[in-house]
Amino acid sequence: MGFERFGRKSFTSQTKVAAFVDYLDKGELRATKCNNCDQVFFPPRADCPNCLGDGMEWVEVEGTGSLVSFTQVNYAPAGFEGDVPYILSLVDFGKVRVFGRMRSDVPQEALKVGMPVKAVICRLSDGQVAYEFLPAR
Amino acid sequence: MPKDVAVIGVGQSAFVRGYPGSIRELAFEAFREAMLDASIGVKEIGASVVCSAPEYDRQRSPSGLIAEYLGLNPQPTFVIENVCASSTSGIRAAYSLIKSGLHDIVAVIGFQKMSEISSAESQERMGRGADIMWESPFGTMMPAYYAMHARAHFEKHGSTERDLAMIRVKSSKYGMLNDKAVYRGEVKLEKALNAGVVSSPLKVYDCCANADGASCVILANRDRAVELSPKPVWLLGLGAATAPMNLTGREALDGLSCARAAARQAYQMAGLQPQDIDVAEVHDCFTIAELMAYEDLGFAGPGKGVDLVRNGETYIGGKIPVNVDGGLLSKGHPIGATGGSQVRTIVLQLRGEAGAMQVPGAEFGLVHNIGGVGIYSNVIILGR
Ligand SMILES: [Zn+2]
Repeated sequence: MGFERFGRKSFTSQTKVAAFVDYLDKGELRATKCNNCDQVFFPPRADCPNCLGDGMEWVEVEGTGSLVSFTQVNYAPAGFEGDVPYILSLVDFGKVRVFGRMRSDVPQEALKVGMPVKAVICRLSDGQVAYEFLPAR
Repeated sequence: MPKDVAVIGVGQSAFVRGYPGSIRELAFEAFREAMLDASIGVKEIGASVVCSAPEYDRQRSPSGLIAEYLGLNPQPTFVIENVCASSTSGIRAAYSLIKSGLHDIVAVIGFQKMSEISSAESQERMGRGADIMWESPFGTMMPAYYAMHARAHFEKHGSTERDLAMIRVKSSKYGMLNDKAVYRGEVKLEKALNAGVVSSPLKVYDCCANADGASCVILANRDRAVELSPKPVWLLGLGAATAPMNLTGREALDGLSCARAAARQAYQMAGLQPQDIDVAEVHDCFTIAELMAYEDLGFAGPGKGVDLVRNGETYIGGKIPVNVDGGLLSKGHPIGATGGSQVRTIVLQLRGEAGAMQVPGAEFGLVHNIGGVGIYSNVIILGR
């Protein structure tokens, strides 16, 4: 349990990496890192496909990333209708890439592929918690 | 060049909005046409492979039902599913069943009745086509993923919304000639460019037409193919590959790595090069997907796909005619039926039976069928 609180609408509640949501509550965006081979994973995972290990530690996704691509969605699937339009983005933080949304007050005209972007934690009105991106200056 | 397995029969229902019958009846339309084309009886079919994306089916385990209705008991049957790439994956399985010697003749039946579920149910399923833990909670859907690929391609290679619109103009030209296409209307350049934005930069006419439909491809081993078919079309090369479902696992967004890998395998197996291909069917679920396919299949160098578009080289008479049956954009995209329909188009082309859509003298053809946003890919090269 716990993962049902991730994002506008989560589709699953049980995962070994549900602590991700606890870190969001503390204002931290975390990835997992394999204790054995040091590979860093985002999305976080409980198991390492490189060495088959299952010893993971939580490491913070820090600093500024580069905007890989983005799109403004004008039609939404069920459960997201109230949010349109919103901007989905992929951001490269070097060791990991992170998929998410731009903060809703950022217009797509302000965005450019390759621009510096940072991640911030956001709380939604209904107790859900997520992260979102902002242009970094 | 291996000539071990051939297509001896092809069939396709009309692709329509809101098919007024059951899935078994829809599948039968394609099966009947393929059986008449192959001129064989049901007892000749050693096994059937049924291809459908189950999220659209009310029927649980549809292969049993379909095999019964088609008269294919007591032969074995099973479902192969790879979302939009299901029926070419079914053909890959059928190829293996035949090449292994287990069966002489195998029927691959693909179908989808997209209208089987309500619009609300469809909206609900739309959000679950991605990584449900890490992408869906943000409100993702298929056009958004391809839109992000489009943006990346624009930025890296200078392609434009106009290039994409020109691809749709071509699809509509050929869709108008295809009496099995769901969208028979013309799409002029201005109309495509001025249409509403679905997910920027993709607009309404950059997206394929949903449809209900079925396809059937009947494959046979060398001996039976030569015995039964006056014009067998050989499966010369098959390639298949995968890529991460989650976009965070993709090296780059300006192409599909799984398509490049599958193409490499297929060309190698066939002993052919991209320039040997006379006609191609590519998975144009969105216009950007067709542009990326030109490059992933080697019809153009990296970033050079726009040259084919701007010079009209993918029309009949051009360097490499692509989707001259209207493609997914105009012919329609009934998920489980699409790959089999693409193969049917190429088979008709190589037999010289494509009518107004015929590419004169086509000797080698290629099918590129993608499941999800570049998760699964199948590339099949066919020849006379
Ligand atoms: Zn490891």
